[in-house]
Amino acid sequence: MFQQFSLTHVQFMLTGLGWTIGLAMIALIGGSIAGSAIALMRVSVNPVISRLAQFYIFVVQGTPLLVTLFIAYFGATYLGISVQPIVAIAVAFSFYAAAFLGDIWRGAIQSVPKGQREGAHALGLGRADTLIHIIVPQAVRIAIPPTVGFFVQLIKNTSLASVVGIVELTRTAQIVSNATFKPLEVYMTAAAFYFLVCFPLTLVSRGLEKRLKS
Amino acid sequence: MGYLDFTGVLSRSDLLLKGMLLTAQISVVSMVFALMIAVLVASICLSSSRLVRLPALAYVEAIRNTPFIVQVFLIYFGLPSFGIRLDPIIAAILAMSIYGGAYCSEVIRAGIQSITKGQIEAGRALGMSPLTIFRYVILKPALAAVFPSLAAQFILLLLSSSVVSAISVPELTGIGNDIQGITLRNMEIYLVIAAVYVILVALLKGSMTVLERVLFPFKFLGR
Repeated sequence: MFQQFSLTHVQFMLTGLGWTIGLAMIALIGGSIAGSAIALMRVSVNPVISRLAQFYIFVVQGTPLLVTLFIAYFGATYLGISVQPIVAIAVAFSFYAAAFLGDIWRGAIQSVPKGQREGAHALGLGRADTLIHIIVPQAVRIAIPPTVGFFVQLIKNTSLASVVGIVELTRTAQIVSNATFKPLEVYMTAAAFYFLVCFPLTLVSRGLEKRLKS
Repeated sequence: MGYLDFTGVLSRSDLLLKGMLLTAQISVVSMVFALMIAVLVASICLSSSRLVRLPALAYVEAIRNTPFIVQVFLIYFGLPSFGIRLDPIIAAILAMSIYGGAYCSEVIRAGIQSITKGQIEAGRALGMSPLTIFRYVILKPALAAVFPSLAAQFILLLLSSSVVSAISVPELTGIGNDIQGITLRNMEIYLVIAAVYVILVALLKGSMTVLERVLFPFKFLGR
């Protein structure tokens, strides 16, 4: 006998939404740390370092996230590290986010007008000082709107963790759908939850972009 | 640390090839449909009437702010509630076209907006019909202008095709799951699959560059 799709199920899905947002936050933080390294490597004057970062971005962006997740999921045990699947998946999402954030931030660093760098040089600032005090503060302003936009992508993409059994929003929806046999209602509810989280962020990203342009 | 043994995986390269072909097929078919949806939706989004614009904008925002896998599940598991039962491959192509259409429509809209008014007025002055103007004065230069962004969307669409393995479509990732079930060599299979996707993406990138030169030779004049 199937259960009725009820408020209890919706509450269960809300806990899943909590995990979705949590996973996306972890990926954003982990991805930001690794992504800044990738972005800095990418703008390095050393061609080997720059190429290395470029290769990393190419491979991660050229692999479907689902396959990346499978590799992380099985790879942890393969390397002999016994961790909870959620940890392996969180690490995989961080690596994934690093490739995209690294690329976005590289673009931001490079779009700071050249005169700024030359001005800093003329004032006698070294390479590191120029980067830290002149380039990065201006690049951050340029980088914020696309970073928020990518965070929306991250929230949506955590749904793929459901395939490897992480109980986030999409997985809770699958469980509820199997118990109630009301796939249309259940997945519409899940979609509505995602929309309610993502759409405001999309609007914020768009608003920031407009403000930057004016 | 275990050792890697690729023999089990590589002896099933015929299966992998089949999966790769299906991935390529559903991706290319979806790209064509997505482009058609995108041109239609982009033109509707630029209509002067708010009432006409609203459904198109709602479609774009709804698709862009919900996960692709949920859209796939809605089409494959949700549509039977309306008595529509689809074959997994058809459901996959439908989902990918709708998904890709929303993203591409934003790109094409930007392209159409980049056409200056003077161009359209010049077309009118030359006595072109509205359809001719749309086709040759608006659409073609617009597509030429945004072609690189469109190519990037197509690559994302190719990668998103792996998600339809969740509704048992035997494309590359789905085949990978099958081989994993037989050989239990999970690490090897997914490494091979990842490499195949990287190659497919590189191939698509290359063909898009060639296609750009063939379709829009005027972009490369005088270079």
